[in-house]
Amino acid sequence: MDGQPISVEQGATILKAAQQNGIDIPTICWHAATTSNALCRICVVEVEGQRLLQPACIVKVAQDMKVQTKSERVKRARRTILEMLASTMDLSDAPAILTMMEEYGASAGRFPHAERRESEIKDDNPMYIRDYSKCLLCWRCVQVCADDAQYVNAINFNGRGFETQIGTFFDKTIPETTCVLCGQCVGVCPTGALKPKREYLLEQGMSPSEISVMNTGRKQRKAK
Amino acid sequence: MSDTDTSPSLSASLASLQSAIEPYLPLGRSGLMPALHAAQQIYGWISEPVATEIAKSLRVPLADVHGVIEFYSMFYNEPMGKKFVRVCTDQACALKGADGLLNHLCAHHEIKPGQTTPDGGTTIEASPCLGLCEQAPAILYGDEAETNVNLKSGLYELGRPRSIVGGSLRMLTVNCGNGSTTSLKEYGEYAALKKAREMKREDVINEVKASGLVGRGGAAFPMGVKWEGTSKAEGSPKYVICNADESEPGTFKDRILLLDDPHRIIEGMTIAAYAIGASKGFIYIRGEYPYIVPVLENALDEARGAGYLTEDFDIEIRVGAGAYICGEETALFESIEGKRGFPRVKPPFPTTFGVFGKPTAINNVETLCNVPLIVSMGAAEYRKIGTEKSPGPKLFCVSGDVTRPGVYEVPFGVTLRELLDMAGGVADKKNLGAVLFGGAAGAFATSAHLDVKLTFEDLRAAGLPLGSGVVMVFDETRDMRDAFARLGHFFAHESCGKCYPCQMGTQRQMEILNRVAAGETLEGDLARLQDVGWTMTDASLCGLGQTAASAVLSAIKLWPEMFDGSGKKQVAKKVIRTKARSGKKIVAKKSKPKVKAGKKPSKKAVVKKSARKTTRR
Repeated sequence: MDGQPISVEQGATILKAAQQNGIDIPTICWHAATTSNALCRICVVEVEGQRLLQPACIVKVAQDMKVQTKSERVKRARRTILEMLASTMDLSDAPAILTMMEEYGASAGRFPHAERRESEIKDDNPMYIRDYSKCLLCWRCVQVCADDAQYVNAINFNGRGFETQIGTFFDKTIPETTCVLCGQCVGVCPTGALKPKREYLLEQGMSPSEISVMNTGRKQRKAK
Repeated sequence: MSDTDTSPSLSASLASLQSAIEPYLPLGRSGLMPALHAAQQIYGWISEPVATEIAKSLRVPLADVHGVIEFYSMFYNEPMGKKFVRVCTDQACALKGADGLLNHLCAHHEIKPGQTTPDGGTTIEASPCLGLCEQAPAILYGDEAETNVNLKSGLYELGRPRSIVGGSLRMLTVNCGNGSTTSLKEYGEYAALKKAREMKREDVINEVKASGLVGRGGAAFPMGVKWEGTSKAEGSPKYVICNADESEPGTFKDRILLLDDPHRIIEGMTIAAYAIGASKGFIYIRGEYPYIVPVLENALDEARGAGYLTEDFDIEIRVGAGAYICGEETALFESIEGKRGFPRVKPPFPTTFGVFGKPTAINNVETLCNVPLIVSMGAAEYRKIGTEKSPGPKLFCVSGDVTRPGVYEVPFGVTLRELLDMAGGVADKKNLGAVLFGGAAGAFATSAHLDVKLTFEDLRAAGLPLGSGVVMVFDETRDMRDAFARLGHFFAHESCGKCYPCQMGTQRQMEILNRVAAGETLEGDLARLQDVGWTMTDASLCGLGQTAASAVLSAIKLWPEMFDGSGKKQVAKKVIRTKARSGKKIVAKKSKPKVKAGKKPSKKAVVKKSARKTTRR
């Protein structure tokens, strides 16, 4: 890997091999707790003998495999993907990606007049808010809601292609879906698109006591 | 969820749905696409209670049903017009005035593309390629093909589209172009199947391997290797799938084979099933070919009646719903399984992990049509056709600015010039401008390529992909920038959205190509286009993204001046977008009576099917 001979256990992915040997391969959609789908392609590397770049998160190492993790082709792909992300969504709550952009010399303004994926914040339940302007479609929330963890299947996708967005059955509010407010989706969201309601309110400038009063008020109303 | 608001009339209306979807209940989730089609047939769209009923009946999560409806362009979760008019605005039709036609129809109905008339009577949409390129411009009017629409004369043809067949060979197309479907009686007994069954299974596979047949859908994978892999793979049952999701813009050869000679395909599938030990087959046909479905159903019934399809091996038809990506084999599996058409990561490959996770041999229509030929003739004889490295007959879809567009059957090895001569050369005695080769996912050629032999090896050397056999001709007067914008729009519309390079890259590519077409390029657009193009090519998950920039990158090499703003400014019309996926339906506000001076092609002008001459050259 990158000219250094390394050895790892059989069946390890290129990503794991790199991590074990102190070589940095960036990831976005990858998460230890969810099935790897190789969506973001930020982890692509050049494998000798392969025509196309290979996603390190799912491709397994092989004997005598030669891998370049930072070739010019790799860097162009990573930089362009990051630039396209910056032209598409709000990355303000994704510091890891902003750092990655600096590292790869990716310019946030590379694509002028680019259509962005923007939408209103969905604040429809007491537990979390959904701000899909910040969603980069890593699929983790859909996965943990389904077969990767919770088997609740409350969310899926609207649209397709660039216009894909995470959505509920006929755009129902969260309380109207099968959601059990387990919070796993919030836990795996990498960009702040899903955020605990309390955190969101604090960011809006509310003080903990104000938030607390809100809750009290709600309880009191319910009691009546 | 919505049980509470189920009114008596709704219950009554759901009863018809329940009986319509009853046959699909044993299929579970795999019955989702057929059930959604059935629902849309009844109601014209899929409402919340209807989707809920389907979800409950098939035991599919509600959100997943919603996700599937949202994925496919031809499923609607809001009311649409009773009549559906889909005007093809892709390349071949655009050359024949599709934009004007769409605008005319919209003006007549006083709506915009994608809208429904206020009375709910008619919806008009711009559509991706309808596979009727040789009879452009074309419309899908409800379930019927409307072709050769001529705004000036008001004439058009409605009903079974013609099969225009030419070329120097008549092997794959021997039963095509007669104006009707070849019945089993006309086709004769499945002699090749009979012969195959007298051979050992592995001998059939070896024969196919020896023939050198490679896939004709675009990827050119050796068919025998596929069969061998599926045959040896662990797991049962095994499946044979005919990929009839022909959606590559400019491709229409499979439409003709399916419509005119379905038994050749079925025979090819039964031979495949015997060779690999498959017990179940699917024909997955694109939603834009609804008029072929009854033809196939009838042919399958004939084959069942004659004992060619039995309990040991039978074939089911599955109909797509407007998603180019479902021509990608793993996306097609997902679609059959009742999911969004997301391509899977490979490996594992279909031979070991295909539909329902079982070993699957999936082949294109034209590829399967070669199978009875190979078995009957023997591989040695078959290899006498074509060249050593590219054996066999090949169908080319010639469209655009040629005198006689159509499907041309030729041996591999004829030159582009010879092929174009067969089609009567460039129309109106104009000079050749460019040829789009291999489809939207192909590359541009110019007159410098006229003497390239049409074989896999020669084309590869010339940097041209054979793809699905598309040869779309542009005369010298055409504004290629309009073609680029249409390519950009096509891929942006058809990207599934799974991997980032394609999901965002097709959108950014479209935006830049729109600027190119409008003569409004920004400094650095050429470099942006190349970065986006190479990132998609290098890093996308599936073949769609990997080829989404292929034609554009080839154009940059040929005509760099068109992209950097240094060429002359030429303002092309903006490409009319097909249905925005997540956009809600826009209902036209106007409710004025629609009396217009403009003439709409009237029903009276329909050329009677019986009066129509079949073109054979």
